[in-house]
Amino acid sequence: MSDAVTRREALKILGAGVGLIFVPIGRLEAAEPGGDYDPDKHYWGYAVDTTKCIGCCACMRACRAENDVPDGYYRTWIERYTIDAKGEVRVDTVEDEKLGFQDLEDEGDTVKAFFVPKICNHCEKSVCNQVCPVGAAYRTQDGAVLVDTKRCIGCGYCVQACPYGSRFINPRTHTADKCTLCYHRITKGLLPACVQACPKGARVFGDLNDPKSAISILLKQRRYRVLKPEMGTHPKCYYVGLDREVI
Amino acid sequence: MNYVFPNELHVTWSVMIVLYPFITGLVAGAFIVSSLYHVFGRKELKPVARFSLASAFVFLLFAPIPLQIHLGHPERSLNIMITPNFSSAMAGFGYIYSTYLVLVVLEIWFVFRGDFLARARGTGPAAWLCRVILLFDLREDDATRRADAKIAKFLAGLGIPLACLMHCYVGFLFGSLKANTWWSTALMFVIFIFSAIVSGISVLIFHYFLVSWINRWRVDASCVHALARYLWGFMIIAVALELLEVLSIAYKQTEEWEILGLLISKKLFVSYVVLQLAVFSLIPFLLLAATALFRLRDRLASGLIVTAATMLLIQVLLMRWNVVIGGQLLSKSMRGFTSYLPGIWEKEGLVMAAIIFTMPFVILYVFHRIVPLFPSSRPEAVTT
Repeated sequence: MSDAVTRREALKILGAGVGLIFVPIGRLEAAEPGGDYDPDKHYWGYAVDTTKCIGCCACMRACRAENDVPDGYYRTWIERYTIDAKGEVRVDTVEDEKLGFQDLEDEGDTVKAFFVPKICNHCEKSVCNQVCPVGAAYRTQDGAVLVDTKRCIGCGYCVQACPYGSRFINPRTHTADKCTLCYHRITKGLLPACVQACPKGARVFGDLNDPKSAISILLKQRRYRVLKPEMGTHPKCYYVGLDREVI
Repeated sequence: MNYVFPNELHVTWSVMIVLYPFITGLVAGAFIVSSLYHVFGRKELKPVARFSLASAFVFLLFAPIPLQIHLGHPERSLNIMITPNFSSAMAGFGYIYSTYLVLVVLEIWFVFRGDFLARARGTGPAAWLCRVILLFDLREDDATRRADAKIAKFLAGLGIPLACLMHCYVGFLFGSLKANTWWSTALMFVIFIFSAIVSGISVLIFHYFLVSWINRWRVDASCVHALARYLWGFMIIAVALELLEVLSIAYKQTEEWEILGLLISKKLFVSYVVLQLAVFSLIPFLLLAATALFRLRDRLASGLIVTAATMLLIQVLLMRWNVVIGGQLLSKSMRGFTSYLPGIWEKEGLVMAAIIFTMPFVILYVFHRIVPLFPSSRPEAVTT
């Protein structure tokens, strides 16, 4: 009797162990929508209100934790712009989001300073999808640009083609990696981790098909821009209050 | 101030992607020299005609190796042909490469059929191998020789546009990327094909002299002079196109010039301005001009030509480096540059690149052991 209980307990522990191993691996890939999620009913968009971002890096920490992003690589990052009286622009980002932004060594006569969060723009005409030789980069019906890591050959052509520096070759999987809009979360009705983590509501995510969504309302009420419109990629990451210096 | 997007700190395309267009360039250039003889009847190129075709073949065999080593998942590389995404320029690689390889193999088969036959009639493993290559059909008469020559000429003619297509395609891979200011130019594929021809002729001259020196053969002066004149012409076009591209951007003083000017004057000053342009373009240009415009003693002219060819081989390698690596040093933030130093022993390091570049010469030597590639080493040539 005691033997049978021990065996059962051992199996439970083993099962839990195997489960723990596979849970983070499952998270690495953009999950296929399941359940009653209908991608045809949504068209996801992302907005950043640059006037609200305080550069706390909570979004970056949340993204790395949620998506197990390797150190030294970024699915999202924050840029800090400081502009002095002569119009000299300085841009930097954090090396370690756990430490956050450090004070500038020489603030000088800074007249303007602001933070700009960056992610993949999930472009409507994404050039990364165009150049992928095997079709591993693809766009879902609901507007997310994703990578099929089981098909990607790791050539890096999409990394070169992305005008926004959003892609990288993941040193663990040796495949292209990028922001997925936390597709495994949004298809379950949750917000992307970075949006969830932002304490100031600077990051706004929602359904562009829904006129009552937060993003639809924001884009109706405020003036906004997209990054590098001259690239013709039709980004779906919209920036409110963006300074002309931001590229 | 220097700012690069954080993911740009990692240079994705390294030494292997420098080597890939360099080797494909050698293929295209060597093949075109071979076709100048086989199609256009440039008889003065006869001493290197077979050698150039064999060189194109062996370099072609090794052209995809750097790509294969570079891929994150080389085991999936055939997906590029099995599940291609036709909107991608890169998806064309498998088809263009395979077509060209089949054509070159067929041309080799027809051009060297007589030599394979002669060897197949002997004994030993090489004879057996030649019998397999000939599909155990050892018939030979005037009719078969005429047919071989006719088909070889047709394939050589067909190969010229394919050689251009193959290398234009490589240039197009870079030139079509609008995200990269240093690469994005319609001239890129034209520059690539001309520099390919330069590198192909250069490697033939270099190798011809090397083999002749090792075997104490006398180089064919008229052949070498003809190659030198072609080399001079093609290098003028290649360098002029490269300079025109940069000059036009500089003159227009567009926004992109603010960062490109810095790229050229700071990050690539040594490798581009000093080495590629000033040393390895200007000096060969003057050396080849001297051999083309003045009557020099054969020995002196040969020395100048082989020096110029060797320098131009390095010039094209530098050009590939400055394009591939230079383009990645420039941040898409347009606010700064990243840095790159190649590794030595790593998977995509310099040692691996040296091994890959050496292998075609080894295969070429084995090829030469089976069927002679130079008239000087053929029995009938020795007696004449």
